Amino acid sequence: MIFADNTTKKLVPYATGGITRDWADCLRAYQDHGADAIEIGLPFSDPMLDGPTIQEASDRALARGATLDRILADLAGFRAEVPLIVMTYANLAIRPGFAARLAEAGISGLIVPDAPLDEVAPIRDAANAAGLDLIPLVAPSTRPDRLRDIAAGAQGFVYAVSVLGTTGERDRLDAAAGPLATAVRALTELPVLIGFGVSTPEHAAAAVTHADGVVVASALMRRLLDGASPAELGTMTGRFREAMGSGNGVRVREPV
Amino acid sequence: MGVMSEPAERGRFGEFGGRFVPESLIPACQEVEAAFRDAWADDGFRKDLDELLAVYAGRPTPVTPARRLSAELGLTLLLKREDLAHTGSHKINNVLGQALLARRMGKRRLLAETGAGQHGVAAATAAALLGLECVVFMGERDIERQAPNVHRMRMLGATVVPVGSGSRTLKDATNEAMRRWVADTAEAYYCIGSVMGPHPYPWMVREFQRVIGEEARTQVERVPDVVVACVGGGSNAAGTFAGFADTSARLVGVEAAGGAAMTGGSPGVLHGHRSMVLQDAHGQIAEASSVAAGLDYPGVGPEHAHLGAIGRATYATAGDDEVIEAVHRLARTEGIIPALESAHALAWIVRSAGDLAGLTVLMTLSGRGDKDMEMFQ
Ligand SMILES: Cc1ncc(COP(=O)(O)O)c(C=O)c1O
Repeated sequence: MIFADNTTKKLVPYATGGITRDWADCLRAYQDHGADAIEIGLPFSDPMLDGPTIQEASDRALARGATLDRILADLAGFRAEVPLIVMTYANLAIRPGFAARLAEAGISGLIVPDAPLDEVAPIRDAANAAGLDLIPLVAPSTRPDRLRDIAAGAQGFVYAVSVLGTTGERDRLDAAAGPLATAVRALTELPVLIGFGVSTPEHAAAAVTHADGVVVASALMRRLLDGASPAELGTMTGRFREAMGSGNGVRVREPV
Repeated sequence: MGVMSEPAERGRFGEFGGRFVPESLIPACQEVEAAFRDAWADDGFRKDLDELLAVYAGRPTPVTPARRLSAELGLTLLLKREDLAHTGSHKINNVLGQALLARRMGKRRLLAETGAGQHGVAAATAAALLGLECVVFMGERDIERQAPNVHRMRMLGATVVPVGSGSRTLKDATNEAMRRWVADTAEAYYCIGSVMGPHPYPWMVREFQRVIGEEARTQVERVPDVVVACVGGGSNAAGTFAGFADTSARLVGVEAAGGAAMTGGSPGVLHGHRSMVLQDAHGQIAEASSVAAGLDYPGVGPEHAHLGAIGRATYATAGDDEVIEAVHRLARTEGIIPALESAHALAWIVRSAGDLAGLTVLMTLSGRGDKDMEMFQ
């Protein structure tokens, strides 16, 4: 279980592992400014679901020599008080011992965007054997019967991809986000978080009228790539936190 | 299920294949699969495709005995002449099939990735013919070295999108095309250029290229001892092999030495399927490198990984220098300038001539060398 309760709105900021020398300081700043969990991207050379910002972040991290070993070593000095979740692609996630290594390093969840329902079994089995939750993604194009199957097998939370598209900042929250989150919430007790395109505190506030929380990635990584310090990313995280409220998001379920 | 028939459940060829794509692409893949199954079982679709292949693409292409080179090498070399197909390579066979399918599905736009530019040219051609839009993704490095094909695509009305990420070659163009497809599944059809990608593409593209092998089978007096084709993603090889999979012919695929996923790779997931890929110790995809832009790819289609695993086909490599030499040799002995890609198959035959003495060798000449003229000087 990633989240101990689902009564508050969850804020999950993202950082690309190894993107800067002091990237772990970003995690500390996120945590200090109200993150409920942190998503760490393990960079892959060929990221099928990422837009320009995360691609650039991954390229920079890889150019700096980021590897699983080094990223986990950087994490060893970070005392996490919130759950850490790793996002990476199937070619890395299928490597023998991968999930066990993450678990040893204190990671509690795994997201693999190119391992859909039909291909996920081996990765989920390995994750579960190591004690990790395998968090599934759903998309606006996911059909109802498939949505039901994904929700039924979900662990940790359900990641609702708000757009038909790649990661990246957007001017407004996609109209598909709300209905998708609502549809998934009717199918699971687990929190449903909206991600992709949540770019401003206003977007986040709007998203959590439908969902249990948000993932914020490109907006933060864009600032980091442009030279923002961990402290500045912390301040930005605080603004998202404020806009979403803290502890007042008691979840009211519609009767089924 | 026989070798090179329908893949197993979930698009598997043995342990390879599958559909490793984001959830947002699953309905699009399912839609393509349903449409292909439906079309392939429909005589009307088959007839339309056969007619286009005949009256537009110029099929059947001949099998030409390479008499002078055969005498020099001490074997019987037969060339299946895909260089004589419209647009100058085998790529047109697949693209006409997929473009007809896209139109049948009501799509307005073709997305395509290209390395050497031959698939891009074929896609732009079919789009023009059928009144579709066409967007072709191409690595910046390939745009430089395959300039004539870039001009052709633009002349045919396609938009060529330069891709500057990674190795700036076919691998990165494929990433970008897939990312664009994620955002545009309603109107766009992703027309993949080789036997790769998520299910049903590896199977579908092989079926559209099967015409190479089936035609050749009817054109040769008896089953050749050895059937050879170059392998980038592996579509011309898959199409050729499919016509001989149930015979005793030895099947040989030849990769670029700098992009040899079958010989130098290991199992991995890239571009929507599980196959053999070139990767480093950490699982990052390695950059391939070859004079032939169409073979400059760190992966290979999943069915080749399977054919290799079960020993039905063997895979070898050819290096840049012997490939260029092979181009010149075919030009001087037979009056045919092959594409750099195709010359890999020839380079292997030249090098293996001692072992092949007296045998009949059928080689698919996948394309013509016009696009590569600058590289030969
Ligand atoms: C002439 C020619 N042959 C072969 C290839 C490699 O593709 P495949 O391995 O799918 O046949 C290409 C790719 O661009 C090509 O242009």
